[in-house]
Amino acid sequence: MSDRDTFLPKFAALALIGAGLVFWARSVLDPYALSIVMFVGINVILAVSLNISNGFTGLFSLGHPAFMTIGGYMTAILVMPAARKGLMLPDLPAFLAGQEWSFLPALLAGGSLSALVAVIVGFPVLRLRGHYLAVATLGLIFIVQSLAVNLDGVTRGALGLSGLPSLTTTWWVYGFVLLTLFVCWRLKHSSLGRTMLAIRENELAAACLGVRVARTRVFAFALGAFFAGIAGGLWVHVVTLISPDSFSFGLAFQLVVMVVVGGTGSITGASIVAAVLTLATEFLKPVEESLNLYGASQIAIAVGVILILIYRPAGLFGTAEPQPLNLIKRLGSRHTSPANSPE
Amino acid sequence: MTLPYLIDQLVNGLILGSMYALVAIGFSMIYGIVRLINFAHGDILTIGAFAGLAAFASADLPFPVVILIVLVAGAVVGMVIERTTFRPMRGSPQVTGFIASLAVSIILENLAIMILSAQPRTFRIPAYLNALVDFGPVSIRVIDLMIVVLAIVLVIALTSFVRFTKVGIAMRATAENYDVARLMGININRMIMLAFAIGSALAAVAGLMWGSKYGQISPLMGVLPGLKAFVAAVIGGVGSISGAVLGGYILGLAEVLFVGLLPPALSGYRNAFVFGALILVLLVLPNGLLGRNTETRA
Repeated sequence: MSDRDTFLPKFAALALIGAGLVFWARSVLDPYALSIVMFVGINVILAVSLNISNGFTGLFSLGHPAFMTIGGYMTAILVMPAARKGLMLPDLPAFLAGQEWSFLPALLAGGSLSALVAVIVGFPVLRLRGHYLAVATLGLIFIVQSLAVNLDGVTRGALGLSGLPSLTTTWWVYGFVLLTLFVCWRLKHSSLGRTMLAIRENELAAACLGVRVARTRVFAFALGAFFAGIAGGLWVHVVTLISPDSFSFGLAFQLVVMVVVGGTGSITGASIVAAVLTLATEFLKPVEESLNLYGASQIAIAVGVILILIYRPAGLFGTAEPQPLNLIKRLGSRHTSPANSPE
Repeated sequence: MTLPYLIDQLVNGLILGSMYALVAIGFSMIYGIVRLINFAHGDILTIGAFAGLAAFASADLPFPVVILIVLVAGAVVGMVIERTTFRPMRGSPQVTGFIASLAVSIILENLAIMILSAQPRTFRIPAYLNALVDFGPVSIRVIDLMIVVLAIVLVIALTSFVRFTKVGIAMRATAENYDVARLMGININRMIMLAFAIGSALAAVAGLMWGSKYGQISPLMGVLPGLKAFVAAVIGGVGSISGAVLGGYILGLAEVLFVGLLPPALSGYRNAFVFGALILVLLVLPNGLLGRNTETRA
């Protein structure tokens, strides 16, 4: 399959279809339903970007909420009117206090700060393997959280920043979903992406073939953190609030579930599962409330995860990228050519 | 700073350390045998605390009986979790078990919230446990003494069990080399279940202690102590029981002294301090203080 020739037109076509859907959704849906659509998009960004480190490179990180917190605060502070900043955040450094940015550069700045932190933290921490890395990145969540609580001159402490402008629209979310998908897809099919897969499969062999293991790892971690920071910025401008426990350990679990259930390394798998899980949680909420069984949906999801881990340990899609078009074709041609090879 | 204040802080550190040590032992035993970091372990502490509350409240049971009930409750829950979740996925990659343990933890926490409500409850203990004993400059509650003594007794009992009994030797053999132990006719499944039972029983007792010491329990109380006990196990060297005990006491004392002796402005960074210490230990001493260098962690 000549990937390079067909990718751009295909991607552009899908992007146009998606844009049509967003346009349609905006004219039909009420604000509450639109906010669910936005969360679906944000979760897709998060799951797909977590897949860069956890899926492609085999670094089991739980650190996404920490980077979302960093990106969320940074974006919120940059966007906030300067007068309000002087009132609410007295300890802000002078070069930040006078700034009043528009949304896009503020989001990019939030993402960049997250990526920078990821690079600084990554060099020592990424030397760890397996669940030691998982626990160290979990520690990162708690460390960022306690910094956010205690630096109250910059973050307003446990109160958090409330009354943020609701800047995030479906178009912003959609734009960043496209960017994330585009970057990750290109990455997976580039030589850098193959380098990452090589590290995941056999680090020693990869190093012997001249792969710069440490550098590639940090890059994967930082790229994931960049998108997590942007997703954090988008998220807090949907809910118009950020506090130190906006993004906590429970969210890390949900994101890891999306990646693992979707198939570690599968962009399509991660996106589909992210969307389905977000919608399922939303739709189960009223059921839960009517039955007065709060937490039942969480239990159901957790039980589902255990069953998938037992019966389909590689996730629903493995590393493969199922092609919806091919699937339809295969279904259509089932009668004529039963010998169609599986992917 | 006065001497009684310092002694008080040291006693508090010893108590916190005892609880961390008991929870850390479970992490270490389970890791030692199946190479699994069991994140549901902290929630066993919650179960122990609620079992203790129920035992104290329902009848006028003597303290040793309450301890026994809590031990059994923890062991049963541990074995059920092992049998239903971890046994079917044995042999899959390490990360699989880790995620499954996160899922188990979510199930236990939400069940606890559903059944018991998320409101914190007061943990009442009988008056004779609350009485003060005078030690010259300081006086200490009976229960606080009991906690420290009980932890020491349990650790000694466990150590002699593992070292001298036939089953204990079989368990160490399993931890040493899973496949060879099986070839020697050791029932691996039984050994793994036993490790879960013992580890969970000790964590449950730690929950009972936590409730008695701090007077309040809630469905999510076990999460943070569980994580910190894991830090303690890492400091001591995961897989080693004596390491877990040592790490537990070091972390407990360090945490209490960090909060008690440094300026109050820094005490908010308590959790940052603990997890910062974890990352530092992982980087400098990846096998912990008493762990053996058997695999690559760093």
